[in-house]
Order: sequence, then C-alpha cells, then structure tokens
Amino acid sequence: MKKYSDIKGDTPVKDNIVVRLTDVDKNYGDNRIVKKISLDVSEGEFLTLLGPSGCGKTTTLRMIAGFETVTAGTILLHGEDVKDKKPNERDVNTVFQNYALFPHMNVRDNISFGLVEKKTPKAEIKKRVSEMLKLVRLEGMERRMPSQLSGGQKQRVAIARALVNRPSVLLLDEPLGALDLKLRKQMQSELKHLQQRLGITFIYVTHDQEEALTMSDRIAVMNDGVIEQIGTPREVYDTPKTKFVADFIGESNIIEGYSQNSGDGLMDIIFESGKAVVNGKGIDIDEMLYICIRPENLRITREPVPGFSIKGRVKEHVFVGSSTKTIIELVNGQELKAARTPDAELFNIGERVNVSWLPERAVVLHTKEDKLYDVIENNSASEMFKSFMREDGGNA
Amino acid sequence: MKKREFKPLSVLYACLAYTFLYLPIIVVIVFSFNTSKRNITFEGFTFEWYAEMLENEQLMQSFYNTLIVAFVSTAISVFIGTLCAVGLHRFEFKLKQLISDSLYIPIVIPELVMGIGLLVFFSSINVETSIYTLIISHVTFSMPFVVITVRSRIAGFDKSIEEAARDLGANELSTFMRVTLPMIAPGVVSGGMLALTLSLDDVVVSYFTAGPDSTTLPLKILGMVKKGVSPDVNALSTLMIVGTIAVMVFSQLIQRKMEKKNG
Repeated sequence: MKKYSDIKGDTPVKDNIVVRLTDVDKNYGDNRIVKKISLDVSEGEFLTLLGPSGCGKTTTLRMIAGFETVTAGTILLHGEDVKDKKPNERDVNTVFQNYALFPHMNVRDNISFGLVEKKTPKAEIKKRVSEMLKLVRLEGMERRMPSQLSGGQKQRVAIARALVNRPSVLLLDEPLGALDLKLRKQMQSELKHLQQRLGITFIYVTHDQEEALTMSDRIAVMNDGVIEQIGTPREVYDTPKTKFVADFIGESNIIEGYSQNSGDGLMDIIFESGKAVVNGKGIDIDEMLYICIRPENLRITREPVPGFSIKGRVKEHVFVGSSTKTIIELVNGQELKAARTPDAELFNIGERVNVSWLPERAVVLHTKEDKLYDVIENNSASEMFKSFMREDGGNA
Repeated sequence: MKKREFKPLSVLYACLAYTFLYLPIIVVIVFSFNTSKRNITFEGFTFEWYAEMLENEQLMQSFYNTLIVAFVSTAISVFIGTLCAVGLHRFEFKLKQLISDSLYIPIVIPELVMGIGLLVFFSSINVETSIYTLIISHVTFSMPFVVITVRSRIAGFDKSIEEAARDLGANELSTFMRVTLPMIAPGVVSGGMLALTLSLDDVVVSYFTAGPDSTTLPLKILGMVKKGVSPDVNALSTLMIVGTIAVMVFSQLIQRKMEKKNG
C-alpha cells in the first residue's frame, strides 16, 4: 500500500487545513468501499475527487458530511474529530446530485431553511436570502416552486441553499451530472468563479475528468477505494503516477516494455513492436514498465527520424471536431492514437509510417505486475519485424 | 385519439351498469320524501320523516356514537399508522419482512373472524365491551390501511431530501415536521379518509365489540330494518349519502391542492 507521503501532490499545501482524513476505511459487510484514505484539504481550496462509479468517491464525501459512519480512521474538521457529530452539527453543507430541493417549499423557503433552523432573526434571513438570490442570479424567482424551475435553476437554488449558511466547506456530489453539455460547461465556470470569489473550500465529486481538470486546484484520482494520485490538474495529466491515472485522465497510449541502457541519461525501452527512447531518470536496467504517451505528443512521419521510430500502419482517421485522431496499428496489433491538428498532413489509410516522440514527453510508469515478463518471451521482435516488412514490401 | 363511432351495445352495457349502481341509492333518496309509510308507491312529498328521525333519541345517540368512534379511531390510526410507515421505510431490522407482511392480515382475514377474535380477546382479559373497546377494534382494522397508503407515498421519494434537511442543520424532529410530514401529507390524508369511511359503515366488527350503550348507526339501522324498512331509515340513509359525498369531495380537494403544491 502506498504511503500518504507518496501520493500527496507536489503543490505546496497551505497550513490552514480545514478537512483532514487519516486512514479512513469504510466497509459494508465484507465489502471494502474505501480503503485507508488520507487526505488534507486546505482553506479556500477546490479539491476534486475523481474516479469511475463505485470507486468510493461519493462514500468519502458522505462520510465527511456525516451521512455515513467511518469504519476506521478519523475525519477532522478544523482539527476536531467529528466522529460523534451528526450531519446537522457539522459546519459543512452539501449540494446533492439530484438537487434534493424541498418540493413543498418555494425558492425562498428552500434557501432560508438552514437559517430558520438556526433561529436567525427574520430581518437577517431576508437580507441573506436576497444576497444569495443575487449571487446565483435568481432574483424575482423567490415564489417559484421547485417544479417550476429548469435543471440549471434548481441547481442554483441547491447551491444558494447550501451557501447561505456560510459553511467552511461545501461538498458537491456530481452536481452537474443531470445537466446537458452546454449548460454544464456554463455552470462549471460559474461554480469556479463563485468559489474563487467566496473563498470557501469546495470538495467536488465527479466522474467527468474534463470537469475535474477545468475546475480544480487539486484532483484526487480514486480507484477501487484508494487515492491513486493527488495533485494539480497539470500534474495528474502530464505526469500520471499509475497506469490507471494515465488511462482515466485524458487519452493515453500505454505501451508495456522493459528497459535497456542507451547512455546520455536516456533509456531504451524494448517492447513487442520495437524500441523507444525515454528519459532514463529513475529507471533501473531490465525493469519492466509502462510508458504513457498522450496522443498530442505522438509524431507521425513518413521517413524514420533520428533517435528512434516505431513502424506502424495508418488504420483509420477519426474526426473529433477540434482535431482528427489517427489510429496507427503496430506490428503486434496494438493501436496507438495520435491527435492531428487541422494543418497536419493526413496520411493515407494503409500507409506505412514512423511513430516517434520526444523522450521527455513520455511518462514512465513503474510497475510490479508479472505479466510484463511475457513481453520478453514474446520479443522475437526482430522476427516479427521481418515478416511485417516482407508483407509490406510484397504489397508495394 | 380517434373518435369512437356510436356502438349501441356498449351504450346499453354502460347504462345497465350505472343503473345497477345508482338506482338503489336513488330509490332510497326518493322514498325518504314519500308521505306513504310503505316503500312501494310514491304518494306525495314530505319532510316528515326527517323531523321524526331527529326526534328519535336512540337514533341520534347512535349517530353521535358513530361519529365519536370514527373520528377518534381515525386519529389514532393515522398517528400510529404514519409512524409505522415511516419507521418501516427508514430502518432495516430483523424480522422487518414479517412485521410488514403481518400488517396485511387484518385486511385479508374475514371480518367475522376478526370480530369474534376481538370479542374473545376482550372477554379473556375481563374487559367489558364499551365505546372504548369499539374504538380499539376500529383502530385494529383501519390502521393497516393507513400504513399501506402512507408507505406507497413514501416509497416514491428521494431519501436525499431528508438528508438535505439534516445537512442544513435540522434535527430528527424538525426534519420530520418540516420536510417528511408535508411531503407524505397526501398519503396521510387519503389513509385517514379510508380509515374514516371504514369505521363509519362498519357492522360486523362493531356487532361483536360494541357495548350496550355504544351502538353505532349501522348497528342501529340493522336493528330497525329487522322490523321492516321505515321511511325514517330512508331519511337517515339519505343524510349519510350526502355526508359521505361531502367528505369525499372535500378530501379530493385537499389532496389535489397538496399534490399540486408538491409537484
């Protein structure tokens, strides 16, 4: 198991820790949903818990809110253990996935619910509710019932209803999941601006990696109950630490191989379809590893380039709007995705090309998985090469 | 939708069905204004029987009994039944299935068996039948209906709405009063109306569990009919029909208003 210090992001964390999770476990019977999670969230931070469904992100959020008990470990809010505190006694508020507005109350009553509970004076309630309505741009909608609101408006009411209590932490559980793409984009930037303006700590749960990348100060990527990596959006995108992170965030080409020294601080990686060069820092000779290259970092050329090039054939072009994705098939059948800008030359389908990348663009993922040893056994690479070339030559 | 063509057979069928449903009721209403004492021919219009009915002290006493039993037993049923439904919805516990299924037993077993059972029970613990045993008995058979209607209302709603209330600082009681209860109110009202109706016209269970001084209206009418249907029974029945319709319309109005509000 990874130590906390290993997975903590490289960003300097401010001293003001608002939420601290230490070795938190959550079991349902024999089912371990959350496994020894440790996490610090500092004041004013926008932290996203990102992961596929069932990875434990929502459960983690619900434990912070107090809806789920912790099986083991501690949760501190402002340095205070909240184990025995009920949801209504915690200084956090939640925006629920499906808004969970009170259907029998109008917008005003929904927003003032928390203030009425706290027996805030009437004049104060009135003032703060109208402040909130202004903040989420719902002025004039006070008397509307939730059933008369659109998805985006319901979302705003849910946010206003939580923020009016001035919580020190706002928990958001996939709040934009039910909105259509355009509205979601708009709400993303609205939420981000709101958070920056108010300086409230946000803990945001989503399975949408793009959403996480655009909004967060830091992202904690979760998989199967553990935090695989935590860092700024750029860190988790550019330097993923595990294969899962590389795969889940953005698109990646992942190649498995083993290392051989090639001098100059570089390392050769031998894999089924050829040889590639990466930065050798931190790699042992004969180490089994994955290399991860983003589609936008793949270069496709007709002629081999100095350094290294991998032989492949253009399989298809996929138009994705802002760019075209070219799928290249390697000798062993593995497919690599390369993003092509509109200006770049599109090769013919079936054409033989060379694939390469700048060594510093490749991210090396260390692993202890045994199956990589198969690569060595299968690496009659030269044999495959020859047959590949022969076949190709025959066609020409 | 396509406009249906005229089908004489369907129309005849519908007419017969409605005649069968409403003719007996119309007959009762018409004969309640009949000057003749016999329910065979209509001889003239009169309010005589209504006046006679109001002077009949025994009849009026049983009418009060019926109202008291109905309203008290409904109030108790609604209270216990609503709590029961909320509890069954919210908590998981051992034997939950058994407890929830056993609620259906009072609904499915023959009323006669239930009446005898209650009578045997009261006499075995040496309690004399009175208006109190009558109320308890009515609660016994009407409470399950409240539980069922309230549960079906609760089953449809999102648990996170109650969680949101807790999250916003409301404790258990406040969450129930401000969020849960208003949301299940339509179910509570219709459960209550069902309980009220069941209690108002119950004969079988009341027959066994009513004390000598707590005869209800249905029991009283049953007794009177033994000596032949007199016009004052018709008058009474007419009033009951009017009363029932009024209650029904009222409850529908309330429910529609609440559902509109809840969306």
